[in-house]
Formats: sequence, C-alpha cells, structure tokens
Amino acid sequence: MPDLGLDVLFKGKNMLRLLGGLWVAVKISIISVALSIPLGILLGIVMTWKNPIIKAVTRVYLEFIRIMPQLVLLFIVFFGTTRTLGWDVSGELASVIVFTAWGTAEMGDLVRGALISIPKHQYESSAALALSPAQTYFYIIIPQTVRRLIPLSINLITRMVKTTSLILMIGVVEVLKVAQQIIEANRMTSPNAAFGVYLVVLIMYFLICWPISMLARYLEKKWR
Amino acid sequence: MNWDFIQEYLPLYESAALLTVKIGVAGIALSIVIGFLCAVVLFFKIPVLRQAVSVYIEISRNTPLLIQLFFIYYALPKIGIKINPEVCGMVGLAFLGGSYMAEAFRSGLEAIEPIQMESALSLGMEKSQALRYVVLPQAVSISVPAFVANIIFLLKETSVFSAISLMDLMFTAKDLIGQYYKTTESLFLLVVFYLIILLPVSLLGSFIERRLRYAGFGS
Amino acid sequence: MAEPLLKIEHLTKKFENNIVLDDISFDVAQGEVIVVVGASGCGKSTLLRCINALEPIQGGSIKLHGEEIVYGSKNLAKMRQQIGMVFQSYDLFPHKNVIDNILLAPMKVQKRKKSEVREEAMELLRRVGLDDKAESYPRQLSGGQKQRVAIVRALCMHPVMLLFDEVTAALDPEMVREVLDVMLSLAKQGRTMIIVTHEMQFARAIADRILFIDKGKIVEDTDPDTFFEHPASDRAKQFLNIFNFERSK
Repeated sequence: MPDLGLDVLFKGKNMLRLLGGLWVAVKISIISVALSIPLGILLGIVMTWKNPIIKAVTRVYLEFIRIMPQLVLLFIVFFGTTRTLGWDVSGELASVIVFTAWGTAEMGDLVRGALISIPKHQYESSAALALSPAQTYFYIIIPQTVRRLIPLSINLITRMVKTTSLILMIGVVEVLKVAQQIIEANRMTSPNAAFGVYLVVLIMYFLICWPISMLARYLEKKWR
Repeated sequence: MNWDFIQEYLPLYESAALLTVKIGVAGIALSIVIGFLCAVVLFFKIPVLRQAVSVYIEISRNTPLLIQLFFIYYALPKIGIKINPEVCGMVGLAFLGGSYMAEAFRSGLEAIEPIQMESALSLGMEKSQALRYVVLPQAVSISVPAFVANIIFLLKETSVFSAISLMDLMFTAKDLIGQYYKTTESLFLLVVFYLIILLPVSLLGSFIERRLRYAGFGS
Repeated sequence: MAEPLLKIEHLTKKFENNIVLDDISFDVAQGEVIVVVGASGCGKSTLLRCINALEPIQGGSIKLHGEEIVYGSKNLAKMRQQIGMVFQSYDLFPHKNVIDNILLAPMKVQKRKKSEVREEAMELLRRVGLDDKAESYPRQLSGGQKQRVAIVRALCMHPVMLLFDEVTAALDPEMVREVLDVMLSLAKQGRTMIIVTHEMQFARAIADRILFIDKGKIVEDTDPDTFFEHPASDRAKQFLNIFNFERSK
C-alpha cells in the first residue's frame, strides 16, 4: 500500500482546521441563500409586470449576471470596487454580494417561470367558481407555484455551495486554502499529503451537496 | 479608461481567450461523448455499468469543478498519475460535463413516447435500427436546448483553470491587476472577452430553442 | 380444413399478479377478418400487443404459419415483418415526412430498392387519397390522414396479416369514416385482419367473426349477426346495451 498521506489528517488539529475552513464556505452560502430567496421572489414577481422599463432593466440584469462566470463577478466586486469606489471590500463581503446577486437572478428566473407556467384557465376556472383574486392566489396559484419552486430552490442551494469553492481565488481562507496550508506545512514529513487532504476535501463537499440533491429529487418526484 | 494600456495588453488577452476556448471545446467534446454513452447505458438499464454510471453522475454533479481539478492536478500525481495542466483542464471539464450531458440526453430519450419504439419494432426493425433511425434523431433534437445550456455552463466553468496554473483570461486579468494596478482596464477586457466567447453561444441557443418550439414535433 | 394462418393456444398474460389474458385460444384463417370487442381494460389491446410480441407472455403459444412468435427471440424482427400493426395514435415518426415514414422500414429492414418501394408507396397513397401529402410532415396532417398514412406504411412491408389497435379511438367523428373506409376496402381485397374497435356498426359490417372478450377471457366467438342480434351471454348483452340510449322524455 503506497503512502496516501492520510496520516496528516489525524495530526494535531488538522481535521478540525479543515472543517473550520469548510464552515467559512458554508456560512457564506447560507447567508447568500437566505438573502437570495426573498429577493429572488420579489424579482420574479416584478419581472411578470408589464412595464417596459422595468422589463428591460430586470432583463439586462438577469442576462448579464447569468452569462458572466461567477468568478468574473467576484473579481469585479473584489478588485473593481476598491479601485473605482475606494471601498475596501473584504473577500467575505465580496463573496456574499456576488452570490446574493447571482442567487437573486437565478431565483427570480425560477419564480417568474413558475408564475407564467400556471395556465390561464386556472385563473379562469377559479374566477368561474366565484373566488376573489386574493382567494385565487391563496388557494390556487401559490400552492401550485410553491410545489414547483421548492425542489428548484433546493437545487440552487447545492449550486451555491459548489460555487463558494471559488472564494479561494479572491483570497478568502476557506477549506481549500486550509488544505494548501496543511499540505505545505507537512511537505517534509509527509510528501504525499496532497492526495489524502484533497480527497477529504472532495468528500466533504460531496457529503454536503449529495443529501441536498437527493432531497430536491425526492420532492420533485413526489410533487410532480 | 487608459486605451493605450488596453491596446498594449490586448494580444495577451487574445491568446488567453484562445487557450480557454481550446481547452473548453476539447473538454466539451469529450463530455458529449461521455454523456452520450452514459445516457445509453441508463436508458437500456445495462446491469453493473448502470450502477457505475449512477455513482459517477452523483460524484460529478455534487462536487465543485475547482476541487475536481485540484484533485486531478495535485493529488493524482501522488499515486503516479501525472498529466500536464492543459490535459488536466480538459479532463476535469469532461468529468464535470459528462454527467450534465448525460442528463440532457437521458431526458431527451425519456421524452420519446414508447409507441415510437414499438411502431418501429412492429415494422420489423431490430432494436438497434429502431434506436438509430427513429428514437435517437428525435431525442437529440429534444435535448438541444439543455445541451446548449450545458455548453454555456461549461464554458463559464473554465474560469477556474487559472487555479491549476493555466494562463487563461482570469490568470491574465489577475496578473495585470497585481502588476500595474490597472484594475478598471483589466476587468473591462476580462468582461469583454468573456462576452465575445459566451454571447454568440447564448444567442444561438435561444435562436435554436425558438425554432424548435415553433417547429414542434408530435401531434 | 387448411392450416390456419395464425394459431393461438392457451395464451396467458399477466402484469405482476394481475391476469390480463386468461387461457385465450383461437385460430385465424387466411383472408379472415376478426373484430375483437369488449369493455375498456378487458385485455383486447394487450392481445394484439402479444401477437406482435411487444409484451412477454406467461403461458401458451402464438404461431404464424406454424412458426412460434417468441418475445425477445432472435428471429422476432423477421416475424414482425409479416405482421403489420397500426396503433391508436402518435405512431408516425415526427421527424420524417410521409414518404420517408413509409420508405424507412422497407429500405432499412428489407433492403429493397428505393425507386421500387417509392412507386408502390405512391400508388398506395393514391388509393387512400393522400398522394399529394407525400412530402408533408405528420404535424401538418389531420388525425385521419395520419392513420391512413400509418396503414400505408404497414402495407408497404407486404405483411400477411394486419393488426388494428383502436385506430379511430383518438379521432374526431368526421375523421373516423375516412379511416374505416380504407379498412373496408382492405377487407374486400381479402386481407387477413384482426381489428380492435369500439365502432359497433363498423364491426358488424366488416367482421367475419366477432370475438367478445371480458375480464381476459373469450366469452363469445361467433358471426356478427348472431353476436349483435342474439348474444348468448349476459355479459355480452350488458356490453351491447351501453350503445343503446332510451329517450329521456
């Protein structure tokens, strides 16, 4: 059995340090998701409005955010704001801003899609039963939209968690950075540490994302 | 905005963009092949292979590309698998993209009514002929929108290549920001070049999608 | 009596533990037109699907010209070429136009020459009144036109018998007639056919024999006049009553 460098993980507080790094990434995803969902619902509703100016502005926002790689957005906020606005934005703050902007766009598009996918005859048959517009929304439209939206928003959480791995690139000390530090510190005693440590990081991300994906898939099947 | 600076460093961005496109296209082509094979395995429920494909898809979809690349580039050499950064970028992208392409193909295959297969069989075709002449052509055109969306997604994902020391657009931008503090210009070029790469694919995608929707198969 | 074209003996078909077809036996002679009737879910469509081996069977045998049709067997494609089948709907290939739908199997399966099949296909299309639609795509055709194309597509394989699975069930009333007329003219040509349908008047006009199936069993196997005028079983009487209405006022 070749040396896979797994021993490094059990040295000192290395495992705890890795988990601490992971928590930084997870914390940023949780904050971003928590902000994205309400903002995204608002954006989605606004996007169904008929006003041409609102339509154009939201459209451009959505298209730009979605076509740019998230890493480019991180660079723009992290490096760009410092220069042009003179703010000193920390890596963590830049990450939360970018992931919230991105999550809001994605969520907004999901909400808009769910709203316009409710067929017109649902409104009509509800009106024909003499339900008021408020009752129509409360009893007919919202339950149908929510069922469609929940699995999709859960999927958004996995995407968010995976994307937070990028914050390494703007210098935030998260799990990959900690992994690099551990590998570097043990370069002499354990030259193969890279294998064990990166494998563990891979598994950590998988253990977070996989159950969330499974939950989304389960709900999607159940509510189809 | 300093236009002289932009003019001076334009060629640097050009070659970086070319590298992104080159590795991106190769990785995407490979991911299409992987995705197609996986979808066929899943569709025909081939034993053993099917389980292997499912495990691959779960790992590929539930871990970030950046970590996959780190693993391939920094961890695998420790057990004797050494590859250069360009091949690593391609392999990583294909590993990630294969599962997304598989899902696109599979949903296309599943959208075909079983009666299409049955009426082909009842005309005396072998299963392979029915697949080749009847099911696949329809499944592929149904998959096209998901397919294009995946291509855009994968092209965007190439932005992490600088992490394995490939001199791509991100690497170039970061380098120039660090060296000359020309942040605005560097970021401007970065955005422009990504738009040049991604916008045509995105427009092509919505064009194809609109055409398919109006042409509409079926009844 | 000559050897029957199709011989079904003790056919049993189950889905899980549900018996769908229970010990079905009957023969079909060359040139005979058999109409299978019964309530929805009685197993009549499943019977046709079993004859074409689209479903595995759990007991009994189906023989064409004395040769057994076995689900999943190597020569199945060969056997199926001899049996034409038309389904309820959506069975034209949407990515191919009318003529390519018809030519595909004769060219790829039977390796016949395009010019020869095309000539035959155009002649058949002319007979069903659709020769001007050869280049149209299925989505541009009405339901009745699609079904006539599907019949021509089956005929071009030169089958020795034809199976029709509720081919008019999904059609608007005014389309039904044009499809049934095509089937009537096939009957006049002496084609061997098994037809599953809910069109009772048509059944009576076209059938040499009526098979009435209830709960997976053949309850009556008789000529049409006897079946419609003097059904022997209570179940058949009940079934035929569905099609009669009494004045409400």
